[in-house]
Amino acid sequence: MELLAFGDTGWGDELFYATLMTIAVSITAMLIGFLFALIFTPLKLSQNKFLNFISNSYTTIIRGVPELLVIYLFFFGGTGAVMFVASIFGYNEYIEINAFITGAFAIGIISGAYSTEVFRGAIQSIDKGQFEAANVLGLNKFGKFFKIILPQTLRLAIPNLSNVWQITLKDTSLISVTGLVEIMRQSYIAAGSTRDPLFFYSFAAVLYLLLTFVSMKLINRLEVKYSKGY
Amino acid sequence: MDLELMINSFPKLISAAVITLKLLSVSLIIGLFIGLFFATLRLNKNIFINKFAYGYSYVFRGTPLLVQIFIIYFGLGQIEYLRSTVLWVILKEPYWCAIIAFALNTGAYTSEILRSAFQTIKPGLIEAGKSLGISNKVIFYKIQIPIAIRQSLPAYGNEIILMMKGTSLASTVTIMDLTGVAKYIISTTFKPIEVFIVAGGIYLFMTFIIHNMIKFLEKRYNFNN
Repeated sequence: MELLAFGDTGWGDELFYATLMTIAVSITAMLIGFLFALIFTPLKLSQNKFLNFISNSYTTIIRGVPELLVIYLFFFGGTGAVMFVASIFGYNEYIEINAFITGAFAIGIISGAYSTEVFRGAIQSIDKGQFEAANVLGLNKFGKFFKIILPQTLRLAIPNLSNVWQITLKDTSLISVTGLVEIMRQSYIAAGSTRDPLFFYSFAAVLYLLLTFVSMKLINRLEVKYSKGY
Repeated sequence: MDLELMINSFPKLISAAVITLKLLSVSLIIGLFIGLFFATLRLNKNIFINKFAYGYSYVFRGTPLLVQIFIIYFGLGQIEYLRSTVLWVILKEPYWCAIIAFALNTGAYTSEILRSAFQTIKPGLIEAGKSLGISNKVIFYKIQIPIAIRQSLPAYGNEIILMMKGTSLASTVTIMDLTGVAKYIISTTFKPIEVFIVAGGIYLFMTFIIHNMIKFLEKRYNFNN
């Protein structure tokens, strides 16, 4: 137990901050994912074949390629890409991008592919009559989307989005390869310096279980809230 | 775009893909047995056995695969007693550690898929078997299992693809699978995009093949029409 003490003697406080880091990366990645879903879901539903193709390639590639490979692409390629853009503006020094941003972005793109599929499914399963009724009421495009379609989409999407959240949360463990100090990386450091990997990796597993358990409870509440009237 | 690098790295990546496929197939076969075993435990009426099987699948589905591999590869080696047993022959090899972790992980997901498949079997089919005087054992093997397999094919197909992506984590314990070799080439040439296109393309191709195989099986075993 003294291994988990707070302060200089144990790893308690380090692991606590690492847990907060995991939560922060997961939430950021999930939000970035929503942004991607916001762009790609309409493309998927559009009548234009070319836009469909772009959106389908995005979801197919991301969902068919291992997460680790995507992270390596961003980890090794991100710096190069940023430096290339900077060099156009005449800045030629070495730029190092923050591991948090790279990691959250890489996981966010993956999470976005799953979210896109969830939103597509939810919107497609809304009854056609709802769209027509909104038109009959004379709502404009925004009113139609925000007042009629979005609330119903959210209700249908929440159970599947909670799966996406679980996947995203677990995927953040892979960012540890880029050196961002979240649960996995901190356990790796602690295991290395105390030579007690069994304890620290098991503890990491417990922390992840705790995170998934608590977030499931919260999402269930949300689900109840959005299902009012059904 | 460095086309020469892409062409040169292709054979290396293809031979690494063979290792990925080996890891995948061995862990899927072991995982299927684990899954079937735990699915039957989940259907057991005894509450302790039931809870035990549920706990197993909850823990393995609620933690990242990376943690599971690290516990087995780095963690188990720490137990002095294990080092003196026969098990150590297996556990000191990163290859087998990865397979154990993958098999246990996919076993947890498979048990959930099979459990829900067993539960959707219409009771009438089992009753029909009983009224024909078929023993419970034969009903289980000849009626319940074949129907459950058919029911779970679509979900199991997804699981195979998820597992194929999961095998990329073997590269974190020094195994040179497709992702491991890709990372090695990236870190020596600093050409991430080119390598990603080739390695990602190979992964996508494998996903495509698996997807179509499952589709074919679904059609073949579709007894509704």
